[in-house]
Amino acid sequence: MLTIDKLEVSYGAIRALHGISLEVPDGSIVCLIGANGAGKSTTLKTISGLLRPRAGSIRYQGDEITHWAPKRIVAAGISHVPEGRRIFADQTVEENLRLGAYSRRDRAEVAKDLEFVYELFPRLRERRKQLGGTLSGGEQQMLAIGRGLMARPKLLLLDEPSMGLSPLLVREIFSIIQTINRQGTTILLVEQNAYMALGVASFAYVLETGRVALQGPAKELASSSEVRRAYLGG
Amino acid sequence: MATQPAKIPARTSTAALYPWRSMGISILGMVVVWGVVQWLSQSGVLNLFITQTLVIMGINVILAVSLNLITGVTGQLVLGHAAFMGLGCYFAAILTYKMGLPFPVGLIGGGLVAGLGGLVIGLPTLRLRGDYLAIATLGFGEILRIVYQNWDYVGGAVGMSPPQLANWTWVFWLAVLSVLIIWHLVDSSHGRALQAIRENEIAAEAVGVATTRHKVTAFIIGAFFAGIAGGLYGFYNYAFQPSSFDFLHSFNILVLVVLGGLGSITGSIVGAVVVTALQAALQSYPYIQNVIFALLLILMMLFRRQGLLGRYEFHLSMIFPGLRREEKGGHSDGARS
Repeated sequence: MLTIDKLEVSYGAIRALHGISLEVPDGSIVCLIGANGAGKSTTLKTISGLLRPRAGSIRYQGDEITHWAPKRIVAAGISHVPEGRRIFADQTVEENLRLGAYSRRDRAEVAKDLEFVYELFPRLRERRKQLGGTLSGGEQQMLAIGRGLMARPKLLLLDEPSMGLSPLLVREIFSIIQTINRQGTTILLVEQNAYMALGVASFAYVLETGRVALQGPAKELASSSEVRRAYLGG
Repeated sequence: MATQPAKIPARTSTAALYPWRSMGISILGMVVVWGVVQWLSQSGVLNLFITQTLVIMGINVILAVSLNLITGVTGQLVLGHAAFMGLGCYFAAILTYKMGLPFPVGLIGGGLVAGLGGLVIGLPTLRLRGDYLAIATLGFGEILRIVYQNWDYVGGAVGMSPPQLANWTWVFWLAVLSVLIIWHLVDSSHGRALQAIRENEIAAEAVGVATTRHKVTAFIIGAFFAGIAGGLYGFYNYAFQPSSFDFLHSFNILVLVVLGGLGSITGSIVGAVVVTALQAALQSYPYIQNVIFALLLILMMLFRRQGLLGRYEFHLSMIFPGLRREEKGGHSDGARS
């Protein structure tokens, strides 16, 4: 579904990605793990068009989308849930969700998806008239994911959905991620919490200072001694 | 859960069930306001000073509402709104006074030039955020001021004295028109996009809002109306100088918006009306005037940071409940700090 080939991205003079290649098969959950500054978020931002690559290509469903504008990428079915939630604090929960469907014009289907998101996150329905900024951290993360789903994506990019959440909430969020995937959405997941990420993903890439250091089926990586030592603490 | 979450009232727009009826009431109300003032000032009940104050109020409403679109709704801090006003004023005067075109043509032409100014300054600077954008727009205003000062065709430092072609009728109806247009814009999907940019630009981009295009559009529309206000200003006061559109004036417009409540159109109107009235009342004490305004701003920031109205908007249905479609709960005035 998504194929990235030798992607290079820099922030001014600083090179963040030194030629990354990866593959996200249709219907799968693929995760990117790695330490701070490894280039995980940069990869996602480049896929969704927020950053421009220096070299390399991004192909999505047969289209070369490397230089598309974010608006067009969203419309093509890639939805990015950015790191740190970034919800619209002064809009209500429902307005936040509706903004997620900003690029769509099929009102009836948007209403259905709103209902779908509320089923997935009943807490959001309870708070739909509340301002986004007044939600708790976990609820904000749910809102951010829900807003991403409102674009009815084929590919959902999730950047650190576990950040700053209690272990119980992390488990809840990850089980919802699996539910979303089972309903047909392909997921590219970026995580610091390598243990949880490898538990839900089918394939994983380990990034290290802008390069792919390791890759393989998630189960194999989880049991590989190298990964355990470097990322799983033991 | 042991504790109940605090009840936070939702912010919703109360749409009218009878759009024609509510439009009728609005138009009727506006005609009455316009007519009463017109009649009272014609018959001499209102003296020239009061009429003048009302006209300035109208001009300030246009300035405040148009800046609010850029700064309050879209969240782009601009410190050069008077520069757009100046562009409108100078070019309206050039077109009408120097070239002999009819006044409405000059007015619209001035607005268009100001809008073009918005585009020219907007395209390169809207990549800048917050303080940087503010400083760039401040510089823009100062550059224009120096240009006028050294341009003999428009009178240099002395400025120009066009005939008094604007009056209460012009100002009132143009203020109404600009408020209606900007209100409509904010209430549309374009307006939603602008608010999303204000609240989180990266998230806005991630959900597919073309942020640069929307920001530039807001800039052009805001600048256009500031230009119209500038034309009205020049042709009502029948005299203006480069210094009429300096940084201090830009700052004064920003005060109207902040005082009324960033993001609230109603707030901008209230801010413009209250400040203009206060200025007129303190006219005889020019020294105290600035002190009082400074004090007012400090008190405002201490006790009511969100401005007089916050994000609150006025709807006719608040006076005439019969116009309401359904009970949609109250509205928050954004009173969180």
